[in-house]
Amino acid sequence: MPVVTKKKAAAKKNVIKLKFDTNWSYAPAPESKSAASINSQYDLFINGGWQKPSSKKYFNTINPATEETLSEVADASETDVNKAVTAARNAYEKYWKKIPAKERGKYIFRIARMIQEKARELAIIETLDGGKPIRESRDFDVPTAANHFFYYAGWADKLEYAFPNRRTEPLGVAGQIIPWNFPLLMAAWKIAPALATGNTVVLKPAETTPLTALKLAEIIQESDLPPGVVNIITGAGATGAAMVNHPDINKIVFTGSTEVGKIIQRAIAGTNKKVTLELGGKAANIIFEDAPIDQAVEGVINGIYFNQGHVCCAGSRLYVQESIVKEVIRKLKDRIETLIVGDPLDKNTDIGAINSQQQLETIHKYLKLGKQEGAEMYESSCRLPSKGFWCRPTMFTNVAQSSRIAQEEIFGPVLSILTFRTDDEVIEKANNSPYGLSAGVWTDKGSKIFNMTKRMRAGVIWANTFNKFDPTSPFGGYKESGFGREGGLHGLSAYVNLIG
Amino acid sequence: MSKTFIKKSNLNISQNGLEKPASSKRLEVLKTYKIYIGGQFPRTESGRYYTPVNAAGKKLANVCLSSRKDFRNAVVAARSAFSGWSGRAAFNRSQILYRMAEMLEGRKAQFIEELILHDSTKLKAEKEVNLAIDRLIYYAGWCDKFQQLYSSVNPVASSHFNFSVPEPMGVVSIIAPQNDSLLGLVSVIAPVIAGGNTCVVLASESKPLCSVTFAEVLNSSDLPGGVVNILTGSVKELISWFADHMDVNATIYCENDSDTRRMIQEKSALNLKRICLYDKINWYSDEGQSPYFIMDTQEIKTTWHPVENIAGAGAGY
Repeated sequence: MPVVTKKKAAAKKNVIKLKFDTNWSYAPAPESKSAASINSQYDLFINGGWQKPSSKKYFNTINPATEETLSEVADASETDVNKAVTAARNAYEKYWKKIPAKERGKYIFRIARMIQEKARELAIIETLDGGKPIRESRDFDVPTAANHFFYYAGWADKLEYAFPNRRTEPLGVAGQIIPWNFPLLMAAWKIAPALATGNTVVLKPAETTPLTALKLAEIIQESDLPPGVVNIITGAGATGAAMVNHPDINKIVFTGSTEVGKIIQRAIAGTNKKVTLELGGKAANIIFEDAPIDQAVEGVINGIYFNQGHVCCAGSRLYVQESIVKEVIRKLKDRIETLIVGDPLDKNTDIGAINSQQQLETIHKYLKLGKQEGAEMYESSCRLPSKGFWCRPTMFTNVAQSSRIAQEEIFGPVLSILTFRTDDEVIEKANNSPYGLSAGVWTDKGSKIFNMTKRMRAGVIWANTFNKFDPTSPFGGYKESGFGREGGLHGLSAYVNLIG
Repeated sequence: MSKTFIKKSNLNISQNGLEKPASSKRLEVLKTYKIYIGGQFPRTESGRYYTPVNAAGKKLANVCLSSRKDFRNAVVAARSAFSGWSGRAAFNRSQILYRMAEMLEGRKAQFIEELILHDSTKLKAEKEVNLAIDRLIYYAGWCDKFQQLYSSVNPVASSHFNFSVPEPMGVVSIIAPQNDSLLGLVSVIAPVIAGGNTCVVLASESKPLCSVTFAEVLNSSDLPGGVVNILTGSVKELISWFADHMDVNATIYCENDSDTRRMIQEKSALNLKRICLYDKINWYSDEGQSPYFIMDTQEIKTTWHPVENIAGAGAGY
């Protein structure tokens, strides 16, 4: 959409406003579905091959933008989990433990390259199955997933440099359960470091977004990775529970809600299983009056509306210094009007479909709650498609610190705006949360940035930027946002015992 | 005038001027063993006590039987001390740990005596005290070094300066080792506070004397009140509160009782406490000390900062 500026001569200072009453609009630019092939049915990827589920049950996975069925995938039962774990254990004992580290690395490099080769197809399937804009799956999810494999591949034969004065040994079989917000990327975050450190894997993608993980299974098959080193099984909560409770799994890695994370920690109590949990968040994003406001507004928009707000580290609590609150809210309102909501396959789309009916209901519950609690709701005036699951970019003003929309994770395109006067006040408010995954701060003053980034209790802090990720950069939370780190040098320690 | 007969102690402690007076001539002043919360030495709010005995059945002292309320008070003290202690310069923390070692060295004789009361031999007691002093020195040295070893500058592909550093977790609840009542205590406290955490410690239940005396060492070492809080009492009674308090960030347990471990792990799920289990550690050996103990109660914080990437801003060489 073209941006037209005009000057208000009457106003004391120039107010630059985006103008929307124009007839110009973007022509549709849809990505072609033909570059992707999706089977009508997927079995379980166990021991290097495709196996029918013992229950013979399959469930549908749909396109949340159209509600059309894309494929049906196997529902793994306890028996299937057991098969997958046995395959992973055998592969660990027979091949993976013995193979030279540099060869292990070369397999992972090979997988990284194949993801790059099939990047377009993976991006299309990611968007079809999950509802995220093709621009995000094409430019972020898929390349970052490939890069993650590429990064950890190189670690495989260098582990003796990673931990001063210690040697490492793999843990054995890792059971990995991943969420639906970044399906392929989360699979990469889990599988790559596990393989690099010499573990074998049983991975379960989320039930609403299994397709890219199954495509990854095809890639792994094609890469000639020894059978059983990576097993990918589909299913819902019961399948995950069977993995968590399986006695022959040495490590549980889970990304998802804090609620389920706590259930997992209880379930493995008394066992020798190790665990990494990457859970919910309610990130504070703080704008000081000396911040570059336009950049900050852009960062706030990216912070909360990226991937429809289905981001555990989303900047969902905005703290604005009182002196600039009117200006910031006006600019945010202007900006969300320009966000294009609609067909995720369209390259112009900014905000795609909500991942599932269930998640849409959760978001609506919080919208209702916010209004009941006395906050003022503002949403974009955009039109929504008639089919599929959609939510307009929304923000709440006049939100109280104690309000549930300021305390609980909504996991949707909903921003809560609060205000503050002093540094100490905003630190106290920002840290007043059971979560501690991420945070942001916007100011032009360097010393203030480091004061804030030091005092905020969160694992990832963005200063004058937001929602940036990189394979070399450790990610993970404080407090109830979970423990352990993924990415970078620090991501290795989740998968090794230190000896010597 | 009858001749005063002063019985010499078996221990060579006269250099401290602490010769034992003959009981017949001078009544010994018994020590009241109190708990240590927020830099103060209160009695337990519950008014309860217990009387640990040695192997021969001799009553050693009336020791505070701390309550849940004492624990909660101690957590409040530890939480309020956290921002001050974690905000100290690492160098300053290092000096304070060194000072603790100095104070402990100065009161060696008293600790040896107490360990002997707890059925240690003189030789073993001396070894334990010496090792405890050296352990404090060891961690004093780590205070301003482990960050450099476990930090990283991350070469991200975008135009950002990106780095990861360890930061203390917060308040740590510790059930100290039951057997090595001084060395174990020092070995679990030192890495926790060297890293900038504050803690609440439950001393060895059967051998609590050294822990209270160690609190006196802490109190005269410039260690701010509340950084280390030491309770005495029943492990069985207090342990579940140590594991389920919502304002505790991590719990350390050093025994291998499997039911207790399971209980701690289950309760820790309430607020996702980090759990450290040190049941296999031999505190007398080198494996009883390492920077990895410090890292057990550290979080990794990653900070992203943009690097300006406009014309003329790049390296000009």
